[in-house]
Order: sequence, then C-alpha cells, then structure tokens
Amino acid sequence: MSGNSSYNPTNPVAKWLDSRLPIMRFSKEHLLDFPTPKNLNYWWTFGAILAFILVVQIATGVVLAMNYVPDSSLAFDSVENIRRNVNYGRIIQATHAVGASMFFAAVYVHIGRGLYYGSYKEPREVLWILGVVIFVLMMATAFMGYVLPWGQMSFWAATVITNIFSAIPLIGDPLLQLLRGGFAVDNPTLNRFFSLHYLLPFVIAAVVVLHIWALHVPGNNNPVGVEVKSSRDTVPFHPYITMKDLLAIVVFLIPFAWFVFFAPDILGHPDNYKPADPLITPPHIVPEWYFLPFYAILRAIDFDMWFISAKLGGVIFFGGSILVLFFVPWLDGSKTRSGTFRPLFKPFYWLFIFNFFLLTYLGAQLAVEPYSTLSKIATAYYFAYFLIILPIVSRIETPKPLPASISESVLGKSGS
Amino acid sequence: MNKMNRFFKSVLLAVGLGVSGSMLAAPAKAVVVIEAELQDWSFGGIFGRYDKNQLQRGFQVFQQSCAACHGAKQISFRNLSEEGGPAFSESQVKALAAEYTIIDPELEEGERPATPADNWPDPFPTIKDARAANNGAVPPDFSVLAKARGISQKFPAWALNYFTGYQEGGADYIYNLLVNFKDAPEGVDVLPGQYWNAYYGGTLAMASPLFDGMIDYEGDFPETVEQYALDVAAFMMWMAEPQLNSRKQMGFQVLVFLFVLTGLMIAVKRKLWSKVEH
Repeated sequence: MSGNSSYNPTNPVAKWLDSRLPIMRFSKEHLLDFPTPKNLNYWWTFGAILAFILVVQIATGVVLAMNYVPDSSLAFDSVENIRRNVNYGRIIQATHAVGASMFFAAVYVHIGRGLYYGSYKEPREVLWILGVVIFVLMMATAFMGYVLPWGQMSFWAATVITNIFSAIPLIGDPLLQLLRGGFAVDNPTLNRFFSLHYLLPFVIAAVVVLHIWALHVPGNNNPVGVEVKSSRDTVPFHPYITMKDLLAIVVFLIPFAWFVFFAPDILGHPDNYKPADPLITPPHIVPEWYFLPFYAILRAIDFDMWFISAKLGGVIFFGGSILVLFFVPWLDGSKTRSGTFRPLFKPFYWLFIFNFFLLTYLGAQLAVEPYSTLSKIATAYYFAYFLIILPIVSRIETPKPLPASISESVLGKSGS
Repeated sequence: MNKMNRFFKSVLLAVGLGVSGSMLAAPAKAVVVIEAELQDWSFGGIFGRYDKNQLQRGFQVFQQSCAACHGAKQISFRNLSEEGGPAFSESQVKALAAEYTIIDPELEEGERPATPADNWPDPFPTIKDARAANNGAVPPDFSVLAKARGISQKFPAWALNYFTGYQEGGADYIYNLLVNFKDAPEGVDVLPGQYWNAYYGGTLAMASPLFDGMIDYEGDFPETVEQYALDVAAFMMWMAEPQLNSRKQMGFQVLVFLFVLTGLMIAVKRKLWSKVEH
C-alpha cells in the first residue's frame, strides 16, 4: 500500500530536507496520496471523528489543568471557579465533560462497525488489538477524569471502582493501597489520578499513531470486505476521504454543540454537584452512562461459584468482557469479512447490539428483580456471542457469493 | 384441589409481599410521595433566558429568608450586577455589600465592610456553629445547590429531555419542596425539631421558610408562598448557572453556523465525488 509516492521535490530546500528527513514525502504518501477503497460508507468516518475528539479533549484539558487545583479540599471549588471566573470557562469545562461522552459514543460506533464488517480479520488483527488497547486506555482516562471534580459521585465512583481490585487474590490489598495511595480514597488518590489523567491521553495519542500505522500496512477494510485489487478500486485519501471525514466531523459537532450549549449537565449526575463527603454514601451510585454496560456485567455476578466469591466472579466477568475483545480475530473463523454477506451471522450481530443497549439500561437500575435476572441473561449473551456463537456460526454458515472486486460491487449497486 | 388453590394463593401473596417489600426497602428518605409539578421557567428551552425582574425578587427572598442560615460562597457581590443575572446597578451592589462584614485576620480590627469583589459571607463562622444553631443539621450552601438536585421522571419523559434540553430539574425540585411543607400524614411520628415535607416524603430539619406576605414585592406580584418559591428557585438556578443566558446565545450562533457549514460541505462533497462511482 505504501510506496505510491509521487513526491518529486523541485525546490532545493525541499530536496535537501527530503534526503535528510523525508517527512514531506511521508506526509504526501500517507496523508494525501494514500489509496483508500472508494466504497467506504459513513460508518468509516468515525475514525477521523475520534481523532478529532482526542485533540479537542487534550486542548480543553490542558486549559482546564491551568486552573484546576488537585487538592481534596480545593478541587471542587476550583472546578466551580473555572466555570464562573475563567474566560469562557463554562464552555471549555462543558466541552471537556461532554467530550468524554461523545468520545465513547463515537468509539462504540467505531467498534460496532469493526464487528459488523469483520475489520478485525486477517490481515488486520494487530490493528484491532491496538484499537482494544486504546479503548482500555480511554476507560482508565475517563474514569480518573471523572474523579477530579471531587463531587459525591466522583468520590464514590473512585471508592467502588478501586475496591474492585481488592478482589484479586494475594496482590489485591497491596494493589488497592497502591492505587489509592492509602487505606481509603483521599487526597493522595486525587493527586495520582490527576497525574495519570494528564499522562494517559498522550499514551493514547501514541497508540493511535501505531493504530494508524497498522491501518496503513494492509489498507482499509471496506463494506464488501473484498481486498483492493487494482487502483480502480481506490481513491486518493485527499481530497476524497478528507472531505468526507470533515463533513462527518461537522455533522458530529451538531449534537456535541447541542449538549455543550443547551444541556451541559444532562449527561452527568446531579449528585456530582455535591462536594465529596466520605461520611455520606449516595443511595444509588451509578457510573457515567458509557460504563453502564460493563457495570451491569460486574453486578450481574451476585452469586458464589465453587471457590470463587461473587465479588471476584464479578471482577473476572468485568475484566473478561473487555479481554474477550482481544481474541475476536481468532474466535470468528469466517473467511467472509463483511456481515452483509453472512445471513446467519447478521441476526446474532443485531441481537448483540440490542443486548449492549439493554446492558446499558440495566447498569443504571437498582440491583433488584427483574433487573438482576435480566442482567444475568444479558451478560450470558454478551459472552456467548463471542465465545460460542461466532466460532460456531463461522463453521456452519454458507456465506452469500462475494463480488469479484470493489469496482464490480459499486457497478452492481448503481445499476440496480 | 382446594389445598392446591390455597397453596398457590399463599405463594402469590408471598411473592407479592416480597416484591412490594423490596420496593419499600429502597432508601426510605429518597421515596418521593407526590409527583413533582413542573413549572414553566423563563430559562427553559433553547430560547430560555433568565427574567431579570424575577431574579431580583428571588434575591429579595434569598436575602430576607434563606440567607439567615444558608451560604452562597461561590457568589461574589459583583455577580449581582452582571448581565444575564439580577443586574442590579453597580451602586446598588456597592451599597448592599457595605451592609455585610468580612472577617479579615490581616487587619488590625479583624474585620471590614464587604466590597463588590468579596464573596457572599457564610452565615456561620464554622460548621460546628452551623450545626449548633440548626438542631445538628448543616444548612447546605446555595452556590450550586440548584444543580445538585433533580426530579425523577418516568419513561419516556426522561428520554425526551435529551432532545428538549430540559435542565430545570433542580429548580422544579426546589419549588416543589418549598410549597409542600404540610402536616404529617396520620401515623407518622415527627420528632421535635423536624418538619414533614410531602414532596420530600419525609422529615427535614428545616421548617417552611416561607409564608404568605412575609416579603414585600414592588409592583403587583402576588405575595404568596408559591410566588416566593418560584422566584427564589429561579434565583438559585441563576446562582448555580450564572452564564446560562450567554451560553445559550452563543450556542444558538454555533448551531446556526454548523448547520450552514454542513450544507456547504455536503455540496462540496457531492461535487467532488460526482466523478467517482462509489
């Protein structure tokens, strides 16, 4: 895919630079000329949207950090001070907070697209694994960011989530103390979370570079899942894909701006406007919406299994629900990438999507019937989809015939 | 047969009791006995803005009733003269601030009159004093209280909020709380120093802070608990979200810009791709 360079500098300075650091050549190859399948649909624009939000989060975050005070007695008021007394502080803070939600909304679409079109399949396994690494880093970053305003939900989310680690045998307690910087969530916790919350986005940015590198070796997957056969199947990245991605980013900014300017607090919880109080436990501790599916899985395991306690079991399933994503390329043995050509796969896929929404809903409910039982069923399906359905379906399914090439599939579409 | 019937009946009864029991077992204090009556706030919706006159009346209620026990430490006196708020004149705020005393240990006298740059002084010097004066309860600070409260809604009301941008749950909560100090229902023991609130569905350490005619309004606004509650809830919302007017105005400009830009981008993208079969 690389080596399509048409970069022939004539300017002597450009020539001089090119023989020393071929950064202009590299940029032209990868940002301008890169051959991209011409049949990509709008689900493929979410990669660019995510890159854009990462930049937004880092830019707003750097400004917020200039005014934020990571001290348990001052943090809450310092965030309020940003909202009230920093120029455009309310907008910057709201953009950062809403941005976290938009980041997850976009990443779930991005992952869902990958799962439907089989973008994790050979030769894109490393690309997929790096994506899951980014997702895990995002979760850690978002969680620690949520703790920083030091409201009631911040404090109790930190308490509940760090407590998860204490379930790990042998190293659980020392690990918990290391995370918290003491025996309970307190000022040291806030300080290390702030430090890590500033560090991790740059780690994410680095893994994003690897993610794009791993994308540019095999090139993009596409909606029919047939590899690029000739240059007729592709368009240069610029201006075709850049234009399409920019359009998608602008459209994505509409709901983003709606929340920032008209409902900046609707995605949060009123309790986080109460200053953290270790002596008062909120009656109903809920994480931000984007963690609810995994929170539902964590809580679904409320029974002991042999020697495994309910708590440890919950942690295993919680961790497993993300770990299982790493193995998807090998669990799905189907040679056909795109779900469009997999009649048996499709209903199970859409049930998985529905199930994911259901888990989100269940994560926000109290741990009472009927939600407890529903959570168990939904959790079971989440794992069954990856561990049972994907391996079996890929063995027994007869996929529909694939078009010979991307160009042919496009002709067929416009002909009908 | 009869025996079986009785068996099933008792099972049903047991299940029914179990279910209702577990519902009752939900945190007793959080149970809201009556539904919140949603008010028509001037600051709701896309075009919603604070009503300056309402905020001025709300400030009157706050100052003459609430401020005896509740602080508002994030609010500066100068905020009261800012655009998008009660917008008192600067001289009014200067005169108002001078009525309050700021403890300043750096001064020889230890205190001085407040200036517009000072924050609203706390009514009690320490939390201990607040507790001692209020039967053990600490009156919460008002700075962001209106955003720290919300009403619970059933589906689909809460889902629609994402599209209507309903952010007035705190104001609705405060209004409903303030107008629902009632006699406790029969069979409920109310401890001394506690007061029944029908909306809260339990007892509070605060008695009804409002009664008809307690505050004189200029003009002919009704001097009732309902009107006071509306005005002070609006004022508390402003304290919690003082930039609402400018935020929504800017949001309107941003959205119009984004829609126009989207239209232009679609046109450019179509033109560009028209040569490519895809």
